[in-house]
Order: sequence, then C-alpha cells, then structure tokens
Amino acid sequence: MSNAIIEFRDVEYQIRTTDPRPVLSGVSLKIHQGETIALLGRSGSGKTTMLKLINCLRNYTSGDLLVEGQRVRDWNRIHLRRRIGYVIQEVGLFPHLTIQENVTLVPGLENWPAERIASRYVEVMQLVGLDATEYANRYPRELSGGQRQRIGVARALAADPAILLMDEPFGALDPVTRAELQQEFLALVRKVSKTIVLVTHDVREALLLGTRVVLLDAGRIVAEAGPREFLNLDQAVAREFVAASELVPGAAK
Amino acid sequence: MSVWQFISGHHGEILAATREHLILVLISMAIAAAIGVPLGLALVSRPRLRSAALAVASVFQTIPSLALFGFLIPLPFLGGIGTRTAIVALVLYALLPILRNTYVGLTSIDPAILEAAEAMGMTENQILFRVRLPLATSFILAGIRTATVITIGVATIAAAIGAGGLGTFIFRGVAMVSDAVILAGAIPAAMLALLADFLLGLLERRLRVA
Repeated sequence: MSNAIIEFRDVEYQIRTTDPRPVLSGVSLKIHQGETIALLGRSGSGKTTMLKLINCLRNYTSGDLLVEGQRVRDWNRIHLRRRIGYVIQEVGLFPHLTIQENVTLVPGLENWPAERIASRYVEVMQLVGLDATEYANRYPRELSGGQRQRIGVARALAADPAILLMDEPFGALDPVTRAELQQEFLALVRKVSKTIVLVTHDVREALLLGTRVVLLDAGRIVAEAGPREFLNLDQAVAREFVAASELVPGAAK
Repeated sequence: MSVWQFISGHHGEILAATREHLILVLISMAIAAAIGVPLGLALVSRPRLRSAALAVASVFQTIPSLALFGFLIPLPFLGGIGTRTAIVALVLYALLPILRNTYVGLTSIDPAILEAAEAMGMTENQILFRVRLPLATSFILAGIRTATVITIGVATIAAAIGAGGLGTFIFRGVAMVSDAVILAGAIPAAMLALLADFLLGLLERRLRVA
C-alpha cells in the first residue's frame, strides 16, 4: 500500500497510568492522502481523543503515531499544529478579533507577507461561500451559527494545510443548515483535495461525507468500511448504529 | 458654623487637599497596577505560586488600615512619616483586587477558545498576550475600579501619618468635634470615589468583549 499521511500503530492513550481502562487501546489505522475518514462512535468512545492525538493536543501513552512519516513525538508541536487545520463544534472563533483577523491568524503567525495574507483571505472566503469584504470587519458575535461554522472552516484552511481535522463540525446546527453545510463540504472537498479526519456520532453524516468509515467502541476500532459496505456489516455495534439511524441495510446512499 | 460656610470659607485649602489626595491615589494606583497586572499574568502558567501570591495579597487587606500605616512608620526605606509611607500602604491595599481580577479574568476564558488557539499552533506566550489578555481587559479594569474606590477612602487615613490629603480635614474635625470640618473632608472624598467609579465603569463597558 502507498505511504500513509497519518498512521496509528497500536496506539494506546490513558489519562493516568493507573487507569484500568484506557481511553484508547490497540488503535491501528492508516490514513492516505486525499481520504475523508469519518470516525464514528458514541460519546466517550474515544473518537475525539483520536483526533487530538494527531495534532498533539493529547500525548499518546504507547504505540506510535506518524504524521507525514514522522513520529508526532519528534515533531515540533507548534510546527505540526500549524500544518494541520482544526475545526471544532463550538467553533472557537476569537471574540475580540474580526472575521478577517480570525481567518488569517495562522498565516500571520507564520509571517506570510501582507499581500499574500490578504489574497488568501479572499480565496478561502470564496471557498466557503462568504463575501470577503462584507465580513472582513465584522465580529463573530454578529454572525449566525452556520456563518460562524463556515468561518471556522475558512480559518482552518487559511494556511493551506494538507490535513484537516474536524470534530463534529456540524453538530451544533439546525437540521436544514447542517444539510446545507454538508453539501457545501462535499463540494469543497472536491476542490481542495485535503486529507480529512472527521469525528461524528451521526451515521448519516459519516456515510455521506466519509470515503471510509471507522467505527470506534470503548476505545477500540471495531469496524472499518467504505460507506456502502458499512450498512451491511455484521458487527453488533455497527448494526446498532445503522438501526438507530433508521437507514435500511443494503440501501445504497 | 454650617458645612457650607466652612467650605466656602476654606475652598482654597480644600481644593489643595483634594489635589493632594488625588495625586496620592493616582500614584498608588499606577504602582499597584504595574505590580498586580504583570504578577497576574505570571501566575497563569504557575498555578503553584498562585495560592501563595493571593494569600499574601489577602493578608495585606485584612490588616486594619490604621495599623498598617503604623506598622510601616518604623521600617527603613519604605517607612517614616509622610507621603512615601502612605503610598506603600495604599499599594498594598490595592494589590489584591487588581491581582485577583487579573488572574480570574485570564483564567476564566471559554475552554473552546483556548483549545482552538492551541490547535492553531499558538505558543503559550502568544495565547497569553493575544488571546487571554485582550479577553480579560474588562475584568482587569473592574479590579482597578474596585481598588481605586477603596484607595480613595483609605487614603483619608494617610493624613494620620502626615501624608496630607482630604483626611486632614477629617482628623481636624474629629479633634474639634466639628461635623462641618469632618464633612469638608468627607464630601469631596465621597465625590471623588463616585466620579472614579463612574468613569472607570464607563471605560470598562466600552472595552468589554461579548
């Protein structure tokens, strides 16, 4: 198989070494360039933790995790994080900064020249379907949930990272806005060709957005399948998820 | 003799005392803020020092103000009779509200925002100065406001150790058993406190980030 851009090798994560049950254990997964991996699981299954190991917000206890062929431990964590876009459910936009300042924060930290930052701002705003000049001097509190979420995506894309991590990016939105953003997301992925790891507890979202679905249960990977195969998996946990989503097994998406 | 008669008869003197009082408060507040805010910033990444620093600052606040002035008189360099001693005591008093508000403001920021900052590859110092500090501004200002109002009141006692200010009239009035003389010091002091509270409150609201 070709080289993975992210590779988990028997990764274990414990909060304290004395904990009898690790948050994650025996996690092995290869993620390739251009894939969209949907990490699916219930609350507490360890999916968000898996995401946070990738950009070093948490440090794994044992095993090995490689990003672009280099162990996460050997990366300078500041450099690593600036190469990885991150979108979270609560968005985490800085309330004291304007939209433009929020979006261009990482390019600014990376000391891009001012003209390049300005043109990149217009570019990413176009990508997420928002008018660059209209929003430039506005503050996050003036925007709707859907707009804020788009800004969150624009900010994550600003420094043109190869990897994008998304933690339930559409979780806090109403169903209509969510469906809208999911469609925009699919269109966006076709344009930007990033490697994306997306955490969700919604099977429909996982099947719609993921090129591969990875199912986690109690800190372990229990299933891994393409979106079409996922509906026909035998594992009990996978069937529970499919049943709860009221999707008909066998029906193609 | 009525209050108004006394005030109109001595307005030059009262104005001078008010100016003295104001200078005493301004110098003390500037020093207290110059110590309290950086100390608060330093405590964010040193949680172990935090309780020690806050405890020391609290102890200063529990010492009755007149006693604190008295304790300082025999000290070399800091002490003695006069303005310098008064400023040291006022700074010690003002420190706690400023330090505590600075620390609380810097550490009570939405975890999602801090996590986003970390995930974007900001260094600890960048997070402190570019995220925590601007988001804590209104908290810090609230601390300075509280401290200023307290200091304007406590500064009247500074007259007891010869630092002048509006307290001069209050002490003189107590000795003369004259309400009019006491009020000639107390009314301008109260007005200063109200004015400071109002102006700093205005500034605090303008700087607040939703």
